[in-house]
Amino acid sequence: MRNLSSGRSSYSYWLSVHVLALFLALLISGECSAVATPTSGIRPGAPINPSVKDRPNDEGGAIEITWEASFDDTRGRGIVRSYSILRSTEAVSGFEKVGEVDSGRGRYLFVDDGVENGKRHFYKLVSQTSSGAISEPCIIGPISASAQWFHSERWNMLIALIIVSASVLTFISMARKGRDLYIRPIAGLQAVDEAVGRATEMGRPVLYIPGILDMDDVQTIAGVAILGRVARKTAEYETPLTVPVSRSVVMSAAQETVKEAYWDVGKPDAFHPEMVRYLTDDQFGFAAGVDGIMLREKPATVFFQGAFYAESLILAETGHSIGAVQIAGTAMTSQLPFFVTACDYTLIGEELFAAGAYLTEDPRLLGSLKGQDVAKGLAIVFILIGIILETAGFHWLTEFLTVN
Amino acid sequence: MAPEMRVSIVERLRNIDRRVIFVLVAAAVIIPLLHPLGLPLKSSPPSSSLYREIENLGPGSVVLMAFDYDPATDVELGPMSLALLKHCFSRGHKVVSLALWPMGASLARASFAQTAEEFGAKYGVDYVNLGFKAGGIVVIDSLGKSIHESFPKDVDGTPLEELPLMRNINSYADIDFVLGLSAGDPGLPFWIMIAQGRYGKKVGGGCTAVSAPMLYPYYPNQLLGLLGGMKGAAEYELLIEAKGSATKGMDAQSIAHALIVLFVIIGNLFYFMGRSREKRGGQI
Amino acid sequence: MRREIPLIITFVCGITMIIQFFIPHWPFSDVKSYFQHTYMIIAAFAMILGICNLTRLHIFKIRDRRENWGYSIVLLVGLAIMAIPGLFQGIHEGTMFEFLFKNAHVPMNSTMFSLLAFFVASASYRAFRARTFDAALLLIAGFAVMLGRAPIGDTLTSFMPEGWQMSDLANWIMAFPNTAGQRAIMMGSGLGIVATSLRVILGIERSYLGGE
Repeated sequence: MRNLSSGRSSYSYWLSVHVLALFLALLISGECSAVATPTSGIRPGAPINPSVKDRPNDEGGAIEITWEASFDDTRGRGIVRSYSILRSTEAVSGFEKVGEVDSGRGRYLFVDDGVENGKRHFYKLVSQTSSGAISEPCIIGPISASAQWFHSERWNMLIALIIVSASVLTFISMARKGRDLYIRPIAGLQAVDEAVGRATEMGRPVLYIPGILDMDDVQTIAGVAILGRVARKTAEYETPLTVPVSRSVVMSAAQETVKEAYWDVGKPDAFHPEMVRYLTDDQFGFAAGVDGIMLREKPATVFFQGAFYAESLILAETGHSIGAVQIAGTAMTSQLPFFVTACDYTLIGEELFAAGAYLTEDPRLLGSLKGQDVAKGLAIVFILIGIILETAGFHWLTEFLTVN
Repeated sequence: MAPEMRVSIVERLRNIDRRVIFVLVAAAVIIPLLHPLGLPLKSSPPSSSLYREIENLGPGSVVLMAFDYDPATDVELGPMSLALLKHCFSRGHKVVSLALWPMGASLARASFAQTAEEFGAKYGVDYVNLGFKAGGIVVIDSLGKSIHESFPKDVDGTPLEELPLMRNINSYADIDFVLGLSAGDPGLPFWIMIAQGRYGKKVGGGCTAVSAPMLYPYYPNQLLGLLGGMKGAAEYELLIEAKGSATKGMDAQSIAHALIVLFVIIGNLFYFMGRSREKRGGQI
Repeated sequence: MRREIPLIITFVCGITMIIQFFIPHWPFSDVKSYFQHTYMIIAAFAMILGICNLTRLHIFKIRDRRENWGYSIVLLVGLAIMAIPGLFQGIHEGTMFEFLFKNAHVPMNSTMFSLLAFFVASASYRAFRARTFDAALLLIAGFAVMLGRAPIGDTLTSFMPEGWQMSDLANWIMAFPNTAGQRAIMMGSGLGIVATSLRVILGIERSYLGGE
């Protein structure tokens, strides 16, 4: 059919080929319809290899219609302007237009997302020219949309989640039963006491910045969790604490955290809501505000714990210029070099998430760190096996681990 | 010169007032901008790869371009947007822009205004600016279901149905390439995660120089090409043979980088001089 | 109950979000966007809390004539100047807000961002020291990337054959050692995020709610 259609020596020959093709299609499948439609000008070739299927792994209500370009699309005479997609619950009548797609590509996909689940549908596909001439219609179906109860391409994630969760929960359980768990020393966290003590001795405040992102970022949650531990220390030592934040939700959470910390150590009177200050959501406005606080209040210790972007070095260098001891922690890899350069201690990546657990020495939290380490060990094993298999030309593991 | 005096100079240079460094950096940036040196430039693999991807898209392909930055980083990402738009329009691609940062929509408008006329691109037919929508990753995800639901109107309030280009574009299924210009969060990593990871779309883009190392792990499988900072923009200008502001800034960047390298060398020199004196028992 | 109710909400929301990732069927299909929209609405209202906090703090500072109270006046006046035209006139083109945004906010923002270049220079001078062999390697890699990411690198190494110049070395460092390191940190962080999320969902980590 490709050769016949592309050999367009005369119009009559071309027309006869299409009539013959239509007849053959009707004879073979009974799907393509010869419904007469008023047309003007030369009839374009119909879309090729149309197919229809229920969209996989969705909540239903959507059907995918795919086809290849008509021979009269850009590859041929270039007269096809667009393709129309019509839908009906009957095979021969009642078709209503559900969409139109411009020509110019090799392969097409149209998603009809206005379909009722469980109902049979037929689709009619036609190509059309700018003069209004349309091809013979091709009817495909029946097909019905349905919702799936499991995303068939996410087995790998489910298995990974079970392994990681099981590992974390097992170690939490072991820790609860009193098993001694060794956690390697993290210099930045060992220095927290000393840093707060330094501020107390100097009679200057501690400045704590829990990043610039909102509470929906796990780094901010980790930052606020560490704030709880630091606030307990500042409460114990009666050292002034200032927490500038760039998100209102973080402000509420941080206020609550600091307040509870002061209550827990029996110093409720030392707590003031103004300790936690909302500055602005604007990234560099916030950086300017924090720099101002640093220069005016001259904190002896500065904590940067959370998610930071380009403002990281601006803050850390200003902190250095006032002679503060600075302890940073972030999982933003692009900012780590800045913190490592300008701060005294830096918690790198996962150390930030481990910090809360490390500082409390709560066995359940420490157990979760051990579980995390086991999961990391497994990840390393998979990486090594993956390297060997890929090098040997086997791709099944990579394909299995690809997340969709 | 007396040894005491030499010691004092080393110490003074070691603890030099940082404002002196700031003045030198300012001079290193300003002078080459006023008197360009015209240093030769060549493109890096991630930039060339992005160029090839855009070049190989068929005419009429739809490119979704995200302006996820604000005026603070416009100096790095603005020239990238101009170069990419010029390339898209010259190849006959259709461009649909949106912004996940509030000021991104205005910056997109400015970029279209500087490029569309040159290539005879018409608003609504060859390009559309959908404007800003808050929500970051939620918005990126929602485009997989329906662009028309997420953005019922364009940046000027025109319903999408009235824009001929948007008649046939309703989800990622109708998009051929996603270009993200990103200064932070939300930005390119989310486009990779959702548009590429979940919907299998081709994704490329540009970012500030400082965040380029973070995006390298995604290249070349999940991220088909990457322009890093002003250098990336200049490389793209070189590839499309249309020199712009990024190319002009390359000399200033060169001298500033060289100056910083010089600072590090000098800093280390004083550090080692001080250390050797300490070993000899002298003061620094 | 003051502590238990937030923990129950956290547990239910967390588990539901995990389930919705694997089950595309309704009602889980709508859960994610429902939660995300709810969060956005709460965040928008919380903005009022933030502004109230900011305003109250600075009004008290002026009232009590605390140290540097003059800056508080500048802040409140700035807030009013930006907010009032925006509220009454809108923020579209041609408005007072837009004028202020373009001519005050944008240049100030760019200025703050450009400070980065100066701070990079001063931090390099002060802190990049070849104290150990590892630090020296890091320093050499830094030199190669700094010079290779600008045309001057290739100019300085133009005597080298094509493919062996400074930009090629910089590209190699970015593509291999950098990517390897970044991926390792990203994977570690990813696992840290999973473990932290599990601790939060299961109520083991509750310090973000103010508990121990």
